[in-house]
Amino acid sequence: MTIAFKPSRRDFLAGSTAAAGGLMLGFHIPFNAVSEANAATPPFAGTATPELNAWVVVKPDETVVIRIARVEMGQGTLTGLAQLVAEELDCDWSRVTTEYPSPGQNVARNRVWGNFQTAGSRGIRDSQDYVRKGGAAARVMLIQAAANEWKVPASECAAEKGVITHKASGRTTTYGKVTLAAAQLTPPAEVTLKDPKDWKIAGKSVNRLDTPDKTNGKLVYSIDVTMPGMLNAAIRECPVFGGKVKSFDAAAVEKMPGVKRVVAVGDTGVAVVADTWWRAKTALDALPVEWDDGPNADVSSEDIAATLREGLDATDAFVGNQSGDVKASLAKPGNKVVEAVYGYPFQHHVTMEPMNATALFTADRCEVWTATQNAEAALATASTAAGLPIPQCDVHRLHLGGGFGRRSSSHDYVRQAVLIAKEMPGTPVKLIWTREEDMLHGRYHPVTQCKLTGALDAKGDLDGLHMRISGQSILATINPQALQNGRDPATFQGLNAGGAEGVLGYTIPNLLIDHAMRNPPVPPGFWRGVNNNQNAIYLECFMDELAHAAGADPLEFRRKLLVNHPKHRAVLDAVAEKAGWGKPAPEGVFRGLSQQMGFGSYVAACAEVSVSDDGKLKIHRIVAATDSGHAVNPQQIAAQVEGSFVYGLTALLHGEITVKGGRVEQENFDTYPMMLMDEMPEVETIVMPSGGFWGGVGEPTIFVAAPAVLNAIFAATGKRIRSVPLTKADLRKA
Amino acid sequence: MVQLTVNGKTHDVEVDPDTPLLWVIREQIGLTGTKFGCGIAQCGACTVHLDGVAVRSCVTPVNSVAPEQQIVTIEGLSPDGAHPLQKAWVALDVPQCGYCQSGQIMAAAALLQSNQNPSDDDINAEMTNICRCGTYNRIRAAIRMATGADTGSNETRPKEVGRG
Repeated sequence: MTIAFKPSRRDFLAGSTAAAGGLMLGFHIPFNAVSEANAATPPFAGTATPELNAWVVVKPDETVVIRIARVEMGQGTLTGLAQLVAEELDCDWSRVTTEYPSPGQNVARNRVWGNFQTAGSRGIRDSQDYVRKGGAAARVMLIQAAANEWKVPASECAAEKGVITHKASGRTTTYGKVTLAAAQLTPPAEVTLKDPKDWKIAGKSVNRLDTPDKTNGKLVYSIDVTMPGMLNAAIRECPVFGGKVKSFDAAAVEKMPGVKRVVAVGDTGVAVVADTWWRAKTALDALPVEWDDGPNADVSSEDIAATLREGLDATDAFVGNQSGDVKASLAKPGNKVVEAVYGYPFQHHVTMEPMNATALFTADRCEVWTATQNAEAALATASTAAGLPIPQCDVHRLHLGGGFGRRSSSHDYVRQAVLIAKEMPGTPVKLIWTREEDMLHGRYHPVTQCKLTGALDAKGDLDGLHMRISGQSILATINPQALQNGRDPATFQGLNAGGAEGVLGYTIPNLLIDHAMRNPPVPPGFWRGVNNNQNAIYLECFMDELAHAAGADPLEFRRKLLVNHPKHRAVLDAVAEKAGWGKPAPEGVFRGLSQQMGFGSYVAACAEVSVSDDGKLKIHRIVAATDSGHAVNPQQIAAQVEGSFVYGLTALLHGEITVKGGRVEQENFDTYPMMLMDEMPEVETIVMPSGGFWGGVGEPTIFVAAPAVLNAIFAATGKRIRSVPLTKADLRKA
Repeated sequence: MVQLTVNGKTHDVEVDPDTPLLWVIREQIGLTGTKFGCGIAQCGACTVHLDGVAVRSCVTPVNSVAPEQQIVTIEGLSPDGAHPLQKAWVALDVPQCGYCQSGQIMAAAALLQSNQNPSDDDINAEMTNICRCGTYNRIRAAIRMATGADTGSNETRPKEVGRG
């Protein structure tokens, strides 16, 4: 499982593209100061064959090893990135395997693999260019090696499925036969990438590389790591945010079976280390702990809601998007004013694999095995906790049992594992959180409210819109350096005037979208879809309200306003057509629409629901369209659409974290229920890549599911549901 | 000392008698395909077969299992990963993160042992394991594929694939 490799001269791809950070949601990681000379990174285990470059090793037995910098957490990036490299490499796809370089190796090689962060639906779109170049460069070297052997010009040779052919003479050889010679060649200074229309492996619905081991129990997740002499730890942090440990009585449990140590973890937590995790957990349950609840002991959801309500009408707010004069529009005689207030609660990521990490600390080295969406951030966390410089630490990556942003928002579990292991030098310690610990110490979907005020002119056209968001900023807590004069630009996801990430599709003459930042003492995090989730509900449900007030068809009302954004309109048109908008739905079934742009992609949904007389909702079908520019694996895009709907609909149907006494009230699935199979609608996916840009896939469709369903509920019942989740709503017909 | 039969093999394990079967399987016997998800029998990630019936091993005390009772984990479902459900799971690329899938497959295998041709309603009623990645439709389609039934209207491949 330990993977690493030798610093090499073949770091030609460590150009500015690969090393460029600068993500809006990025983290500042102090790696640039680390020099290769200081790094002590062991070689990749089991890779005796020299690499062709950082991305590709071809073994003499024809196995193609593709190195993956981003991490696999279910979203299919591992397979997609391998497809892109293999496409340019022209190798035999059936011989492809993958491996993860570690962040320590990345540091040691001047960040040759670029950014490891796997978040913001950026796994493929941010790295497609340089990974494809890695594949193309390797192909050029392999062909050159064959040409050298045959003493012919490389231009007379071609490769297909790992076989190199000299057309004139008909001679053939294979990648495996020339790989050692190719590895000695100077890499090409430049390579030309294929036109996507010529793709044979990329762009195709190939099966995932990681599926078989996920069906037979063989895949080793972080929680499954074992090593000789390893001990196990269970932890409890003060359940009240900002609280500390006052005291604990170690003597009360130290004699329990298997218990090795009881250790303080910083000043906020306590852990029991035992021979097995179950014994550690059992002893921890019995451990008497007194907490100092700290300054937030009285914080409740009601207080937080009141603070946010005040922000809805506050004078000061950060501006996100503005044009014309919205005040004048709203005051204009003859304009019809429509107003509504919406709200979105805290929600939990609930990755199926609870937080965990295994750490091994010695006097001069610290290694961690864990599931992380940002291994470089995990490495920085480990280094700080260990008190050792980064070159003396490393993080070994395993596939994630779910990420959804939780494992990028904070590496608190890595910090804890290292602090515990530091108490027992030389002994590997695996820390596993209980589900209860996970629920109480999440990085929650931010809480917000939104007041929308719209002005319809005499013709029923939207003349003005004020969208006031009040609530929590993720960046203010997680990455305050990314704030712009105090303003959190991520708050306006999907509502921006320009850029490539999330442009507001509607052209509204008088517009103001602003944010009154109110940050309650509950830690927020990036949560699949992030701020697009509530922004899409607020805007798309209100668009429906406006259409209704104008007496207009919700599709036509939107289409008119989308006149300047044809890609937004195209996905909306696609779902409307496929769902049969404007044609009769089955008896008792009602439709709702929504569209949004996010993470660089254009998405739309049409939901079909029915509501029984006693108010029971059934979501029958959702038709979804995605234009991600290019589509590396259409069937995996379809999988992400289906899956993101489960995530988004679980949030709509059930998702609410409440706070009382400064702590979260929900502790497990019994009080924080998940959508199950019986609630799952049929999902029809339209993958419609229009080419010319690279959009994300893992997140975008999540945020059109809920507003489409809410709009369909209105069509069915005449009721506007303006707060999430639906468990709080009475859906019986108005 | 507790004696257990797991995947046809007898194990003598030193373990506190009230330890959940899940942790004995994972920590003492060393089979980690069975997962911990909640500890309160809500999520089903820990599903194993006990004499052919799906049980949630996180709430099954090891001392409630008799030595002769047959425990089957995902590792023992088939010798080579070729159970019809496993084949269908691979064909339809069901897993995403995959963490819940051992439990899903074991729950589905138990369902098929009692009902060889379940309807979608039967599947919905019996398959109560949580999947956060949202693979439910593909799970249902894979179960139907494993029974030889039409995979129905649950499309797993998009019909419209435009240019790359």
